[in-house]
Amino acid sequence: MSNIRDNDIDKARRQFMTGAVATAGMTIAPGFMLYTAEARPAGTAADPKVRWGLLIDISKCDDCTVCVDACKKENGWQGHRGDLTDAQWIRKVDLKDKNTGVKSSLPVMCMHCEYPPCVDVCPVGASMKRADGIVLVDKHICIGCRYCMMACPYGARSFVHEEVHGQKTHLPRGQGTVESCTMCAHRVDNDQIPACVEACNASGREAMMFGNLRDPNSDISKRIAEISTVKLRADMGLDPHVQYVNF
Amino acid sequence: MARLTDNYHKLTDHGPFFYALLFGHAIVILLGLASAYYMEHNGHYVTGMNNQIVWGMPHVFAVFLIVAASGALNVASISSVFNRLAYKRFARLSGILAISLLAGGLAVLVLDLGRPDRLIIAMTHYNFKSIFAWNIYLYTGFFVIVGIYLWTMMEKRMNRFTTIAGYSAFVWRLILTTGTGSIFGFLVAREAYDTALLAPLFIASSFVYGLAFTVLVLITMCWTLGIQLMDKEFVTKIRGLLIIFTVTVLYFTAVQHITNLYATQHHGVEGFLLLYGGSFPTVFWLGQVAIGSVLPMLVLAHPKIGPTRQGLSTASVLLLIGGLSQMYVVIVGGQSYPLDIFPGMEATSSWIDGKFGSYIPSVPEVVLGVSGISLTMFLTGMALKVLPFLPNPVAGEE
Amino acid sequence: MTQGRHHFWKTMAAGLLILAGFVLAGAPAVAGDVPVPHPAKAAKGEKCVAPIPEMRRNHMNLLKHQRDDTLRKGIRGNPFSLKGCVDCHAVPDKAAGGARTVRPFCQTCHSYAAVKIDCFSCHTGKADEDKTALKAMDNPHKVTARLQDYLKQRSVVK
Ligand code: HEC
Ligand code: HEC
Ligand code: HEC
Repeated sequence: MSNIRDNDIDKARRQFMTGAVATAGMTIAPGFMLYTAEARPAGTAADPKVRWGLLIDISKCDDCTVCVDACKKENGWQGHRGDLTDAQWIRKVDLKDKNTGVKSSLPVMCMHCEYPPCVDVCPVGASMKRADGIVLVDKHICIGCRYCMMACPYGARSFVHEEVHGQKTHLPRGQGTVESCTMCAHRVDNDQIPACVEACNASGREAMMFGNLRDPNSDISKRIAEISTVKLRADMGLDPHVQYVNF
Repeated sequence: MARLTDNYHKLTDHGPFFYALLFGHAIVILLGLASAYYMEHNGHYVTGMNNQIVWGMPHVFAVFLIVAASGALNVASISSVFNRLAYKRFARLSGILAISLLAGGLAVLVLDLGRPDRLIIAMTHYNFKSIFAWNIYLYTGFFVIVGIYLWTMMEKRMNRFTTIAGYSAFVWRLILTTGTGSIFGFLVAREAYDTALLAPLFIASSFVYGLAFTVLVLITMCWTLGIQLMDKEFVTKIRGLLIIFTVTVLYFTAVQHITNLYATQHHGVEGFLLLYGGSFPTVFWLGQVAIGSVLPMLVLAHPKIGPTRQGLSTASVLLLIGGLSQMYVVIVGGQSYPLDIFPGMEATSSWIDGKFGSYIPSVPEVVLGVSGISLTMFLTGMALKVLPFLPNPVAGEE
Repeated sequence: MTQGRHHFWKTMAAGLLILAGFVLAGAPAVAGDVPVPHPAKAAKGEKCVAPIPEMRRNHMNLLKHQRDDTLRKGIRGNPFSLKGCVDCHAVPDKAAGGARTVRPFCQTCHSYAAVKIDCFSCHTGKADEDKTALKAMDNPHKVTARLQDYLKQRSVVK
């Protein structure tokens, strides 16, 4: 898959930043383009010509959970109660076909719909879609009514059921507001790929691909052009930006 | 029919019983506030609600009261819009009760928010696509229009506007209940809700709840004052209306389930709500249908008990129990059936996938819900003391 | 529950009390002597992100503006970031066991002015001691340039 290279660069960059420069990830082919080729300069707004999306190859996705673990680590939503009052931004769903008995497993998170029902129903406009298609909760005005959770067909949102401590610097979270996968907006805005994709690729599975769906030359668009993808609950016409292959 | 003229009075001539009632309700209201504080202080994990059952008991009570509010206006509408004089004496009471019910319901809704301290945001930020935001307008408008309506009824010089105000209030409350029903009806993602029938169902339900509340308030007032407010004719009329409205609700409920059953892919959710879904079939068949609809209809239809005040009040209490059951099945039951994200597959996860919701309401959230009813009654009681809402006793009886 | 959230309930209770006070005394109580605020010195930096008088007067609007820009529009790297305030203004905080937090700085003035903010119920007020990571996040382009240099050195990129 062609975004291996991007990913390795990212790995290298990560190690470079933390000062732990190891030898892994240094086998980059000559002539590569840094992921930052399409970078947006600091101080500018999200680009409406961009649609960030994910493509998930289920055939490469066994019962591993590195994406979930990476998200927890990155965004700090690790709960401790162990029941449905804990937040869960991304989850692994195990499927069994009722007819064939064939089993599969896949991650489900906010689908970042083009026509998000959560945004439609939010009374105060806290649920919102950024210009580049990332669906977010503006926790500064969220009143905690949970109507968006009623409206989401994917069960992608969590309500923070208790006081939070030890938040990540880049990811404020607090009691009484709703939250969900941000497609790592804080990373994407800094030319990094979402933590789940990075971790998945680092694990060697390379089941997840991140990129600009509106750029016909992006790896993700090229791949989508070659294969037939599955959108969850496609019948609802929400046009989710997270898509799956090899269902 | 006794006097049709401006024969109303303030509640002055009451015994200590009335104060005891007010005091009791005030205690429940304080308990409700304490519960809300407790829920806010600890976070919602202390309730039975979670990330699957996101709306619980507070919403059951809140929606119940809001729906009832529009129905309570029935008596007034019948008098002003349909020109039935027998109802005119109770039009004022019906208006003030409608306002109080709405206030009670909204208070519960607001106190359950994750961030009730941000209420000001709800009033200053609007998303015009949201039904919820439309409802905020509908509710505010309801207060204003019913307020004006009451004013036209109570101020002699304004009397000539009563009809027009009555029409406006009538139309407004139909829209309001449609809006409330649509809060659920627009949730395409949930199989139990995705139906346009919820709006007419809610309107029919509002007639039942509102009228039942009106009857109970009237009969309580008769008790407190030791006078008779309703004459025989009125009692008979209310009896008939309650039966018709209850049948209508049953009819819409049946149609809703039958149309759903027609589509094979909905058999799962229907089976869940009607047959095997834990507490929901019980609440539905026993609470809503048996105790909440059939039994009160039997009481009302009984030739001896039916047309009496005892008959009416018994039936009203049963109907309200039925109403709460109905809201519980619609609101909580609808959320408990798992989302069908992967048709044809069995889904399991550490999250909500493939799980039937489990909801065990905690004491505080139930108390918060009940306190909404108390707030309604408290407000109504105070209003009756301050302004002449109550009709004078009927002459010649008792 | 954090300060800001408590505030709602306290305000409700205080409102009732004040009302009672008015009724009983016929006049509001006058506050006693409150010391004029001396916010702690910034732990870092020569200058603030704007002239001091402007910061004192207007920091809430600057913050709110930037918060909408960042969250809703995706604009990053502008000066009035809450992270930035924390980065420079976090000082040792007894309440946090000596860790560097921004609480003492913000609170000195706010308790004087009777302002409650809820920002730090979500945002961490603790200084991020992992400076490399923070800098990297805030200045991606510099980092990318350095990365490129570094990779060149290692002759990965020719
Ligand atoms: C680059 C470091 C830096 C950043 C970032 C920064 N400040 Fe400052 N700030 C300072 C310095 C230095 C002063 C000068 C006074 C001092 O030494 O404490 C100051 C002074 C202030 C003062 C006046 C204090 C007084 O004594 O009256 C306020 C208010 C203030 N800052 C608020 C903020 C806010 C709010 C933010 C975030 C938007 C912020 N600052 C970000 C370094 C910084
Ligand atoms: C309910 C949680 C919550 C509360 C309370 C909250 N924020 Fe935020 N804030 C967030 C989230 C989430 C982000 C998005 C972080 C990101 O994408 O980088 C954010 C981002 C910001 C940003 C842009 C990022 C940065 O650090 O510069 C600013 C500025 C900001 N908030 C200011 C405030 C201020 C001021 C307050 C208090 C009045 C406040 N916030 C209260 C959740 C909260
Ligand atoms: C020099 C004193 C001073 C310092 C230091 C200070 N503030 Fe303030 N702040 C004020 C005053 C005074 C107000 C109230 C202004 C008003 O009410 O108009 C205020 C108001 C605010 C508000 C708006 C509150 C509301 O309810 O709208 C926010 C947000 C805020 N400050 C954030 C901060 C943060 C974050 C810091 C620490 C980084 C900080 N302030 C440090 C004096 C200060």
